[in-house]
Amino acid sequence: MTPPLLEARDVGKVFGSVIALRGVSLLVRAGEVTCVLGDNGAGKSTLIKILSGVHGQDTGEYLLDGVPVRLGGPREALDRGIATVYQDLAMIPLMSVWRNFFLGSEPVTGPLRRLDVARAKRVARDELRDMGIDIRDVDQPVGTLSGGERQSVAIARAVYFGARVLILDEPTSALGVKQAGVVLRYIARARDRGLGVVFITHNPHHAFPVGDRFLLLNRGTSLGQFDKADITRDELTSLMAGGAELDQLAHELDRDGPDRDAAPGAATGP
Amino acid sequence: MTTVTADERVAGAGPLRRLLVRPELGSVVGAIAVFAFFSAQSPVFRSADGVANWLDPASTLGIMAVAIALLMIGGEFDLSAGVLTGTTGLVMVTLATRYGWNVWAAMLAGLVLALAVGFANGLLVVRTKLPSFIVTLGTFLMLQGLNLGVTKALTGTVQVSGLRRAEGYQAARSLLAGSVSVGGVEFRVAIFWWIGVTVLATWVLMRSRAGNWIFAVGGNEQAARAVGVPAARTKIVLFMTTATAAWLVGSILALRFTSVQANSGIGQEFIYIIAAVIGGCLLTGGYGSAIGASIGAVIFGMADKGIVFAGWDADWFKFFLGAMLLLATLANRLVRRYAEEVRR
Ligand SMILES: Nc1ncnc2c1ncn2[C@@H]1O[C@H](COP(=O)(O)OP(=O)(O)OP(=O)(O)O)[C@@H](O)[C@H]1O
Ligand SMILES: [Mg+2]
Repeated sequence: MTPPLLEARDVGKVFGSVIALRGVSLLVRAGEVTCVLGDNGAGKSTLIKILSGVHGQDTGEYLLDGVPVRLGGPREALDRGIATVYQDLAMIPLMSVWRNFFLGSEPVTGPLRRLDVARAKRVARDELRDMGIDIRDVDQPVGTLSGGERQSVAIARAVYFGARVLILDEPTSALGVKQAGVVLRYIARARDRGLGVVFITHNPHHAFPVGDRFLLLNRGTSLGQFDKADITRDELTSLMAGGAELDQLAHELDRDGPDRDAAPGAATGP
Repeated sequence: MTTVTADERVAGAGPLRRLLVRPELGSVVGAIAVFAFFSAQSPVFRSADGVANWLDPASTLGIMAVAIALLMIGGEFDLSAGVLTGTTGLVMVTLATRYGWNVWAAMLAGLVLALAVGFANGLLVVRTKLPSFIVTLGTFLMLQGLNLGVTKALTGTVQVSGLRRAEGYQAARSLLAGSVSVGGVEFRVAIFWWIGVTVLATWVLMRSRAGNWIFAVGGNEQAARAVGVPAARTKIVLFMTTATAAWLVGSILALRFTSVQANSGIGQEFIYIIAAVIGGCLLTGGYGSAIGASIGAVIFGMADKGIVFAGWDADWFKFFLGAMLLLATLANRLVRRYAEEVRR
């Protein structure tokens, strides 16, 4: 059996006196989506910062293709094919779509190393279209795109630049129902292209439809990693809410029962 | 041109709107208005000799404004740039006159010093993460003190002079501070340096990887870093570029006047910033244009000389400056808002 693209084993992270993460394990395979769920402050961002090379873990092991590694920084993670899309710092708002798309890896031509603008625009437009992203005009500033479109462009960029693992930090949390659905569709498309996806969210309704595996975090510790076959949407929701609130939640869910199993994105965030 | 299939949501992203979102638009309108105004006041102003006359102050200011514009697009300020023009000039004239250096060698020494100051500014800003406003304010004050202190200690006066007698002076002067006759009108050679600097800066901004990085580090440094842009290196090089421009202008002025006052360049730093802002640079970084900064400098040149041509008191220049700055920034903001609004 081929080793997983990316694996974290019992990783932990301490910030001064704050134990942000303790004994968390995570598995990412090619063509699969691993969802990381947890409430605010559960340690989701800390975990993906370890995966994307921003932080080094204090305990535990980090393996790429079955080999333990220690990343020197975000650039090394990128070079190894681990691309991260952050909710707030994905794009430069005042720069055009095509400039953002190629930022950091601009195509050049000729002895003067001139920017190959024509090619960059063409590739950006084609790639976005292939991902099914309908951008009006690659010359328009990214700031004029909607939040969902912006996330989608960032995902398309990561896919184009040969990412093998795509990490998305709460890409749907600030989005409306429709927009979240759009982003979920791109996540599925990236997965179908054979990427391993790590999808961070605090909304089980977003995670369940696309996820193959679910890691639940609570106050820095793991509540377990579940395959899709082993868990239902209701169980996922109640695990996230925590045992004590289970009854209350079940009650609430029962009252607006029909919404519960609605289409992806139909449920709004907390 | 860029869209294969027209999208019904692009409500006429036509040539007009494309033009409106250009950052230099406000400065172009301003320059036309100022030209029309002073042309009406004085026929000399619009004659070829008049143009050559007001392009002269625009040229040295323009070289600096373009460099400062690049730096501001990259999200930083440099308050030491003005006084550095004085420092490089003082170093050059002192070495050439008191130590018998060849003018070219003295200029080279000035360049090395300028690059060192620019590097120090940049390194301090990226390492300490302090606002560049503060860091370069510190450099500004230190250089101001050094300029006066060293000059007084060496000469007992507040100026160094006598560059004319130095070896290599004539050649250096004709290259940097002479004039060229175009159609019977004498244009200062600095004007051509300025045009060259503007063209080069525009090419770098719009057509090189470095240009993309400059916009990116000014627009959102974290995001730029996250996709692998060498943000620290980009910023340090920008500070060194500004310092190089200060050296060029300092050398041009020293060769032209053959002497340098110990307080020269002080107060100019804000004029560079104002010209860049009139040209469409955002104070917050990430947006602006080199051509715009150059046109901002033209406005200054026209006002500087136009007030004289019109026979007014030169005191009005400062008033004019302030009014221009306010008008241009307001116009820029309106235009940008309109452009963003209709694009949504
Ligand atoms: N750099 C840091 N220094 C100190 N404490 C930190 C640091 N980064 C995170 N923490 C702490 O670690 C804990 C986990 O934070 P983290 O950002 O990983 O949560 P999260 O699950 O991403 O939450 P959210 O859903 O709000 O984004 C929090 O208690 C936070 O205060
Ligand atoms: Mg987070």
